[in-house]
Amino acid sequence: MPRIFHPLEAYSNSAAEYRLLPFRFLRLDNEAELLVNEVGEFVVSPKGTAQALVRKQLIPGSDTYLTLRAKQFITDDSSSPLLDLLATKYRTKHSFIEGFTKLHIFVVTLRCDHSCHYCQVSRQTMDKNTYDMGLDTAEKSVEMMMKSPAQHLTLELQGGEPLLAFDVIRHIVPLAKRRATGLGKALDIVVTTNLANATDDMLYYLRDENIKVSTSLDGPAFIHNANRPRPGNNSYELTIQNIERARKILGVGKVAALMTTTQLSLQHPIEIIDEYVRRGFHSIFLRPISPYGFAVKTKKKTGYQIDDFLKFYRTGLAHIIRINQDGYNLAEVYAKIVLTKIMTPYGTGFVDLQSPAGAGINVLVYNYDGDVYATDEARMLAEMGDQTFRLGNVNTHSHKDIFTGEPFLSLVSASCNQSLSGCSDCAFQLFCGSDPVFNHATQGDMVGHRPPSDFCRRHMQVMKHLFGMISERDPELMRIFFAWIRNSSLREICEGAPS
Amino acid sequence: MRLATAGSPCSFSRPVVGRVSRIPLPAEGRTDRILLREDIPQDVEDLRGYRGFLTLARMHPNFSLIPTISSIREIDHLRTGDIVAMEPRNGFIRTLYRPDSHHNVIFATERCNSNCLMCSQPPQDRDDAAALTQRNLELINLIDTPPSRLVITGGEPTLLGERLFTIIAALRDRFPETYVHMLTNGRTFAWPAFAEGLAELKHPNLMLGIPLYSDDSTIHDYVVQAKDAFDQTMIGFHQLARRGMRVEIRVVLHAVTIPRLPQLAEYIYRNLTFAEHVALMGLENIGYAPRNMNKLWIDPHDYQDQLESAVEILSTRGMNVSIYNHQLCVLRKSLWKFARKSISDWKNIYIDECEQCGVREHCGGFFKWATKLHSQHIHPLAPVLDQETSPRA
Repeated sequence: MPRIFHPLEAYSNSAAEYRLLPFRFLRLDNEAELLVNEVGEFVVSPKGTAQALVRKQLIPGSDTYLTLRAKQFITDDSSSPLLDLLATKYRTKHSFIEGFTKLHIFVVTLRCDHSCHYCQVSRQTMDKNTYDMGLDTAEKSVEMMMKSPAQHLTLELQGGEPLLAFDVIRHIVPLAKRRATGLGKALDIVVTTNLANATDDMLYYLRDENIKVSTSLDGPAFIHNANRPRPGNNSYELTIQNIERARKILGVGKVAALMTTTQLSLQHPIEIIDEYVRRGFHSIFLRPISPYGFAVKTKKKTGYQIDDFLKFYRTGLAHIIRINQDGYNLAEVYAKIVLTKIMTPYGTGFVDLQSPAGAGINVLVYNYDGDVYATDEARMLAEMGDQTFRLGNVNTHSHKDIFTGEPFLSLVSASCNQSLSGCSDCAFQLFCGSDPVFNHATQGDMVGHRPPSDFCRRHMQVMKHLFGMISERDPELMRIFFAWIRNSSLREICEGAPS
Repeated sequence: MRLATAGSPCSFSRPVVGRVSRIPLPAEGRTDRILLREDIPQDVEDLRGYRGFLTLARMHPNFSLIPTISSIREIDHLRTGDIVAMEPRNGFIRTLYRPDSHHNVIFATERCNSNCLMCSQPPQDRDDAAALTQRNLELINLIDTPPSRLVITGGEPTLLGERLFTIIAALRDRFPETYVHMLTNGRTFAWPAFAEGLAELKHPNLMLGIPLYSDDSTIHDYVVQAKDAFDQTMIGFHQLARRGMRVEIRVVLHAVTIPRLPQLAEYIYRNLTFAEHVALMGLENIGYAPRNMNKLWIDPHDYQDQLESAVEILSTRGMNVSIYNHQLCVLRKSLWKFARKSISDWKNIYIDECEQCGVREHCGGFFKWATKLHSQHIHPLAPVLDQETSPRA
């Protein structure tokens, strides 16, 4: 039996007016503006699009109209049932909140053999009794950590120089593993160390316990040794030797390095990055110095303006992309985190850039003396005499006390950028985060004021820069970005893509 | 390859499903067999016990001991072991199953709630649910060796309602190892209870192939000629994914779907990230397609930019993407590795130009109805030795 076919118009709702769904927008440059909706879908479009959109001047059936409807910036009678889909995407984007506190940092000692300018809190002393975590405190800290509802925990052993308190580590590790196994939780363990005091026996222990190493490498010798003084001025040489030794014993993939950017570093992005390549690392995190601890006291030596950092970052990122184009896989971690938020339906739980802020919600710090802090930076503030973010002490407070106490509640009230002035209407809101500890430290107010905020300026500028790169639609660049996002190599991405 | 033939039916009033035997069998082995001969046996006992009888010869008188179709036009394609259905009304003999083929289907129903512009198998509006379900359950019982894969198709299989679950449960119980691919428009799964019903069957190896033609609801609804189909399909995808059901997205490429193909790729990644496979499929010139060809035709040569862009978007994001029904000589070489030999054996051909071609063995060729219409750019290619660019098997 013959069937009748209807024209396209029979299926459109041209008569009905469209309605707006939540979105935010921002001028990228003189020609382009960025529109981002509630779940992170975005369009980069000609200047004036946002205005036409809200004035209901979009032409039904035009490409812009279809794209904005498909990306759920607008809805009309033919698309309203898909609001559930928007909810699903919102949930996916925020799934990092699930499980609550996942990262637990144990400061097993304050002692250290280095005296870095930017270090916040370390002590050069051999006095074990005063500055090492007591075994009783260690046990109570493990118990506190196990109270977290998270099914996958990460235990980060830190200092000071944690290997100076290896007996404490050897006490904590088997205990934490036993308790996690008993509770059916997965547990990853990382030790953050300069490796200067790592004996082979220690490294074999780390290998046998499947503990990863995160160490510091600030660049080539003239930068690293200047940033990280120690007796003998040989921190660089020791670090390089020890990285190789640790790789031999633990395996290359188990040893990671982090850099801190000082005023000296700012002049040398290329040299620092090339050092990471020379040492065979496949990721580098171009991150600015935090305004805490000794970093504030020695501001002359280490401090700098955020614009200098941004210049450093842009130069560095361009160099890193060239290195990838030349066939060596090197991810820039900050870009990778932000690009994952921008380019994928997923969120990332990176404690320094998320909303609600990671402080307490996704990370907790257990100090050597049992004090519990919302972040490592909060601990540093306390060392300078500001106890605002001391949430309690494992010896006197329960898990419930900590998360219902006044310090945590006031912190959380400033933790969501969705409700912070200057952030609530920012197009980058979903890709950015909030940092009440930073706001408090720099402006004396957890909510903070965005225009003079280095946090805001840094993230805004880098995100604008990344959006500029994305909107060029250079397929090779996109492949590099997705290699980072997918923890893959450019070669693998290319093998799976049109050749 | 032929899948249907016809002759004069006699001595039966209900459809008969059985396995063909060209060889006479002993009495105890005849119960589910249909004897196929060129002549008519002298002794009536030679027919006793078979489920049916097929013959090239003419019957006189037109009466038989068992269900019979005589004066059949063509029997060369019928082999021992094939499962066929004999139709009493019109004397049709349909091949339902060939043991040596990878392209066997369970044909669920001829009805459909969509009416796609390019439908290769136009729907019929008659209630065949009970009869076809009966036939399919008999078919499943008659298959003796577990097939590696089976396709459930239609029409729209979900219109069977509970009967579809009966069929899938029968497949699950009889052939748990068999990969079952069901082609559905997914709309019915917008009803949570229906998605739940399918999930509760816990078939261990079931994949649903669901078409999505645009990121724009109006264009999709126009292609499938059904209002609100886009919303239902999208909700259906999510109802299925929420219950751990495996889904594949199928996109037919033609003049209506090509302009927003890259946008559709991005939409799929953002909204249907859980899809295991995305198949970008060339148009089949059969069914409704010829009569809508003025709306649908675009030479595949002219949409390589959009196709490459869509494949780039999906593949770099880690989605598994394939190109079906395209000849290598019109497919941009960068896309060859996504090309699959996707056309079912019984409707797969090569044309005269292919005889001189050096990559014919890698090429999926044409649908047999492509002789009437195909790309203007078909041409023989030189052989390639480069493994990198060879299409995957």
